[in-house]
Amino acid sequence: MSPSMNTKTIKEIVVISGKGGTGKTSVTAALASLGPQKVLADCDVDAADLHLVLAPKNIRTEDFVAGERAFINTDSCVDCGLCLEHCRYGAVSEDFQIIPENCEGCGVCAFVCPEDAAVMLPRTCGVWHVAETRFGSMVHARLGIAEENSGKLVTTVRKTARELAEAQGASLILTDGPPGIGCPVIASLGGANLAIAVAEPTTSALHDLKRVFGLTKHFDIPLMVIINKSGINEETAKVIRDYCKDNGVEVAGTLPYDKAFTQAQINAMSVVEYDPEGRGKDLAAIWERIQTRLNQQDQ
Amino acid sequence: MRIAIASGKGGTGKTTVVANLAVHLKNSKHSVAVADCDVEEPNLHLFLNPHLDIEKTAVVPIPEVDNELCTGDDCGLCAQLCRFKSLILMAGEVMVFPELCHGCGLCTLACPEKAITEGSRAIGVVRSGKANCIPFTEGEMKIGEAMAPPLIEEVKAASPQCDIELIDCPPGTSCPVIKALDGVDFAVLVTEPTPFGLHDLDLAVLTLRQLRIPFGVVINRDGMGNSCVHDYLNREKITLLGAIPHSLKAAQAYSKGLLHVGNVEGFDDHYAKLWENIQQSIGEARS
Ligand code: SF4
Ligand code: SF4
Ligand code: SF4
Ligand code: SF4
Repeated sequence: MSPSMNTKTIKEIVVISGKGGTGKTSVTAALASLGPQKVLADCDVDAADLHLVLAPKNIRTEDFVAGERAFINTDSCVDCGLCLEHCRYGAVSEDFQIIPENCEGCGVCAFVCPEDAAVMLPRTCGVWHVAETRFGSMVHARLGIAEENSGKLVTTVRKTARELAEAQGASLILTDGPPGIGCPVIASLGGANLAIAVAEPTTSALHDLKRVFGLTKHFDIPLMVIINKSGINEETAKVIRDYCKDNGVEVAGTLPYDKAFTQAQINAMSVVEYDPEGRGKDLAAIWERIQTRLNQQDQ
Repeated sequence: MRIAIASGKGGTGKTTVVANLAVHLKNSKHSVAVADCDVEEPNLHLFLNPHLDIEKTAVVPIPEVDNELCTGDDCGLCAQLCRFKSLILMAGEVMVFPELCHGCGLCTLACPEKAITEGSRAIGVVRSGKANCIPFTEGEMKIGEAMAPPLIEEVKAASPQCDIELIDCPPGTSCPVIKALDGVDFAVLVTEPTPFGLHDLDLAVLTLRQLRIPFGVVINRDGMGNSCVHDYLNREKITLLGAIPHSLKAAQAYSKGLLHVGNVEGFDDHYAKLWENIQQSIGEARS
């Protein structure tokens, strides 16, 4: 198959969770060890964890430069105070220094400065890598501390993953999405073929699942749910199942509360590798359902 | 005194710690208020069941262009200056893309024809009220909205002054967290004793060190994983404020939205001890 033909058939699955800590990354790592040849994308750029299980070997590293940041040249500054007066983000101190973590890079200070002492400089917000793992190529990234533009970094990671998939003729991109429902999640969902929400049976997770559902509906992305740690509260697990049923969301599977997940993590393994006969089988069944759902989309 | 409860990633029990600590403080006759700044996923209300009677829409400024005054193709300055691509010149008219606008005001300042005025755009709501006598404030961002920081600022502004204000931070280390941490006196980092927990804790530690905010760490579900976090704290000389044991009873209480204080045996003592250690750490940070 030529790379250009393959473009159309590449499917992208994004694993999300709303609330953090539901086991999203453990599930992504497990799915990574199943299925066809794929490219992995870690879009949890704020706190990426997938690499702790997949032990990627980086073969390419790039700075992520996005937007600008203000800088005040003290030599030409005449202390007129205009920048301080007009900055809406509290990023100019009383003694006319830029407080980098507050600067939005909007350029107002540079615009109002009569002496051209305030200038805008390109901003390095983080770093991204292309790497090899035992389950395929992986793109991962790290946003610098107190940096913005996580949405753009997510977009960069996804774009690179797609280019890799095209070049390798891989049929699938599996993405570990960021938690929440804010700008990085929105950036990780646009144009994906399927979102998989990992939910635990807790009141908080149910609340978040509803918001995630609203978000995927808003962007018109099909959603499947995996209920994790079902043993904690069977009642709430049922409420989640009912909620999914009422809203036409397919449950891809249910996983029990199992120490195997933590043990797999401690051993830097996916739970499919750590416990192939137990949780590994559950995940294989989940993978089957996901695959069926993806195939249905083609018809 | 403002105390932020934060974590490098979500799901470590940050909100649980805020809720239980607040109730512990109230029970021991402190004046305490809580503010849920996790505006993407505000969950604190699920544990404290507040009665929220005030609701305010949070807005950010947005430019409004008067096409009578705008000289369009002859100028185009605003579209050229906007760093966030939220203005474009199309068919001789300026179009605004509200979701991209950061409300910085540059276009209004720059327009030579004074054709731009500022209106407002809703990004979410701020609700306030009381949870069993504890002043409670939360923000909830509109779905599909990306501007969390201004909403967080409004939540903090709406939270009433009390001796102790607990701030439930959003997870992560990026813009929303920085906004939530702005101006706090102390931060409590909540983590789990697992490799993921440790990795995310390390990011949170870097963030607080960069912001120069004094902090300590609480290990939640202690005993579920390995000793990696304990070893890290020793190595980095970071104060362990408390270790809340891993217990199925606690997980079950949590799943139902129940507090640990008053419901799970032994947990009242854990929170009393935690508060003692927080106070001691704040004292040391000040001296
Ligand atoms: S670029 Fe904008 S946010 Fe940064 S200091 Fe200048 S005015 Fe403030
Ligand atoms: S506007 Fe320019 S000259 Fe005036 S205080 Fe700011 S940097 Fe200095
Ligand atoms: S700067 Fe003012 S006059 Fe110029 S294009 Fe923009 S709105 Fe029109
Ligand atoms: S207020 Fe700032 S971000 Fe919004 S349109 Fe104007 S220049 Fe762009």
